[in-house]
Amino acid sequence: MKMSVSKWVNSGEPFVWLNAGAVAISIIMVAGLLGLLAVRGMAHFWPADVMQATYAPPTSGGAILSTEVIGERVETESVSSIQIVSSGIPVDESEPFYDRQLMKIGNRDVTGADFTWVLSDYVSEVSYPAEVVAMERREWGNFYGFLQGVRQSGEALAGDEEALWQEFRERLARALSIHDAIYDIEKNDIGKINYALERLRLNQRRLELDDALTSEAMADLDRQREGFNAEYAQLQQRLVELNEEIDRDSALFLAANGAEVEIEFADIVRAYKPNQMGLVGKVGTYFEKLGEFLTDEPREANTEGGIFPAIFGTVMMVLLMSVFVTPFGVVAAVYLREYARQGFITQAIRIAVNNLAGVPSIVYGVFGLGFFIYIIGAEIDQLVYPEALPAPTFGTPGLLWASLTLALLTVPVVIVATEEGLARIPRSVREGSLALGATKFETLWRVVLPMASPAMMTGLILAVARAAGEVAPLMLVGVVKLAPSLPLDGNYPYLHLDQKFMHLGFHIYDVGFQSPNIEAARPLVFATALLLVLVIAGLNLSAVGLRNHLREKYKSLEV
Amino acid sequence: MRKVDVSSVLGSNSESANDLESCIDVSNLNLYYSKDKQALIDINLTIPKKRVTAFIGPSGCGKSSLLRCLNRMNDLVDDCVIEGRIALDDEDIYAKQVDVADLRRRVGMVFQKPNPFPKSIYENVAYGLRIQGINSKRVLDEVVEKSLRAAALWDEVKDRLDDSALGMSGGQQQRLVIARTIAVEPEVLLLDEPASALDPISTLKIEELINELKRDYTIVIVTHNMQQAARVSDFTAFMYMGNMVEFDATDNIFTNPAKKQTEDYITGRYG
Repeated sequence: MKMSVSKWVNSGEPFVWLNAGAVAISIIMVAGLLGLLAVRGMAHFWPADVMQATYAPPTSGGAILSTEVIGERVETESVSSIQIVSSGIPVDESEPFYDRQLMKIGNRDVTGADFTWVLSDYVSEVSYPAEVVAMERREWGNFYGFLQGVRQSGEALAGDEEALWQEFRERLARALSIHDAIYDIEKNDIGKINYALERLRLNQRRLELDDALTSEAMADLDRQREGFNAEYAQLQQRLVELNEEIDRDSALFLAANGAEVEIEFADIVRAYKPNQMGLVGKVGTYFEKLGEFLTDEPREANTEGGIFPAIFGTVMMVLLMSVFVTPFGVVAAVYLREYARQGFITQAIRIAVNNLAGVPSIVYGVFGLGFFIYIIGAEIDQLVYPEALPAPTFGTPGLLWASLTLALLTVPVVIVATEEGLARIPRSVREGSLALGATKFETLWRVVLPMASPAMMTGLILAVARAAGEVAPLMLVGVVKLAPSLPLDGNYPYLHLDQKFMHLGFHIYDVGFQSPNIEAARPLVFATALLLVLVIAGLNLSAVGLRNHLREKYKSLEV
Repeated sequence: MRKVDVSSVLGSNSESANDLESCIDVSNLNLYYSKDKQALIDINLTIPKKRVTAFIGPSGCGKSSLLRCLNRMNDLVDDCVIEGRIALDDEDIYAKQVDVADLRRRVGMVFQKPNPFPKSIYENVAYGLRIQGINSKRVLDEVVEKSLRAAALWDEVKDRLDDSALGMSGGQQQRLVIARTIAVEPEVLLLDEPASALDPISTLKIEELINELKRDYTIVIVTHNMQQAARVSDFTAFMYMGNMVEFDATDNIFTNPAKKQTEDYITGRYG
């Protein structure tokens, strides 16, 4: 049966297709984004097989310069021969395209670069030797090579290949546990003493400023200081011992092109023989590396190690922001909707609030820096922390100011959502409460606000979604590339609102665009981006869960 | 016209509003919602104590506006101006020193649509007491039971007091609202078309309840339904276009109205 076009249009079918198409495109975009991030980011942690090969590209002189390559293949792409020739490799130009591979060869201390491009056509004698060792180090990136020997205090140990590897693994486990002990002392114990000494210094300065520094007080301070110094000397002694112990062993490796490299056990994070591993072993190593990424601190200018401080900083800041923005937004909305006389002025205020939501976030950053930090923060320092001056306490970017700036940025969303929620509460319920002798405040507090709480949560969800993904203003008001300590720790007063912190969004920018080692950092950019998305989703889902719970509890009367 | 016998309710046909102790006195009441919109015109009325007084009349005649004046609910309406005097037990309720919240506690109100709070049945009834700062579990338990019994709801809900009030049927919700209102022991109950959103059986229950409650409370009811007015009320006021046309004992209004307008309305000739 033939149908006229206008009839088909009027049947509504094209409209349905149009709508469904829009939804489908949205879903494809979200799924595609997540898929890309997951594939590019998560593959990074897989312990890939290590290839050994001979690479002999043609040279302009005609002589063949053959080198040995040991490393992981990262990716393959095809490039035009003209491009290759212009880069100095005289390949046959009649062939339009050549394949080339990016190899992660590690050994930056030996070769000067972790990555190299090789032309697939000139790679020969490819093998995957079972004995090759892949190693992550605290410095100089990865290492690939063959274990030659293990030394204890300079003495080489005897043994065959198998025995040496066994020795190596035992000594590595020992070195790692010593390293943990050293880290623990440096970070926690000495950190605590440094913090206490700093507080003593500030106390003394404060007494000085108050003209209350009597000889008794001074003696007391000195006594405390001596106590801490004695403790410090003890820890220092222990550190020296531990460092001597960890430096006892070293391992000798044979890298590509016959280079012999001696590596201290203290420098090794992880070592494994990928070509020997079965699937189970690889999966185990994969999750070990993934776990390290999630829970460890960054190393090597953020290109290696984990991103835990950034996750922690992001969540902490969003939570603090929620604590600031919710009461403020709700109170403002209650006044606008319930108490203010509706008229031109309230309408103008409402429009202004809506416009605030559209102001570019960097403007809020500048405002936060200029107002919160330089005016309020500086004033707080003058009044409350004069002993620390000229070093600023709150007069410098920090967690508090970042949270407040983002709270300011998101308050319009909370106000608008809460106002809408208040407007939806049926008049009959308010009258019911008033008719029982409740005042307007009691009605608001006991009936209206609880019923509007799901709407407030909606506002908070939108605020969290916006704040967690924000980077630009944070660069001005508190986020740094590398924060020495978390804003929440065991030192009184536990939550350090004045501290700078790390943030996933800024971490992506830093690793992706400010990194000295682009190739090594690239997968981390994807992994961090995926993690940021997951953190935002997690924060949102918990807020949504809370809202649904409230909705169930205060479901509207109009059913 | 259906003949209505109210003698069983009233006891006597000859009772007149002026013979009884008065509860609320309305004199020369004018109400404007805006300058050129007058909703009530020079109303004079005496509502007797412990009797049921019904306001009837066509939609928009001002009966609800009048009712809402009695507990100052119209204060919530912007630009609403009220002239004249309303006295509750000889005290002007619009006087400056009157605490509106306290007045509304004394003059409770039940609305057309059941409006329970989204709380448990128990908390709905306890709400008014909690507002007054009464939080003793013993007192609350006692009052909740007493009020629910008075509202003929106790047997239906005694096993699920902690369930949400929103899960009840419309008729139960309306009786819950009445229980909630009498929990604070008001002197007057204002019922604004309390049964208009309910089915016939629930309506019957509400009417029975009104008959029970008038022993202890002065009740003022607004209704569209003339049979209902005839069934439950002792006195009836007929209103039309903001005017109080006639106010008399219910059987007089329905059997022997003094005004032609009243008779036309009651016999269904307009309205």
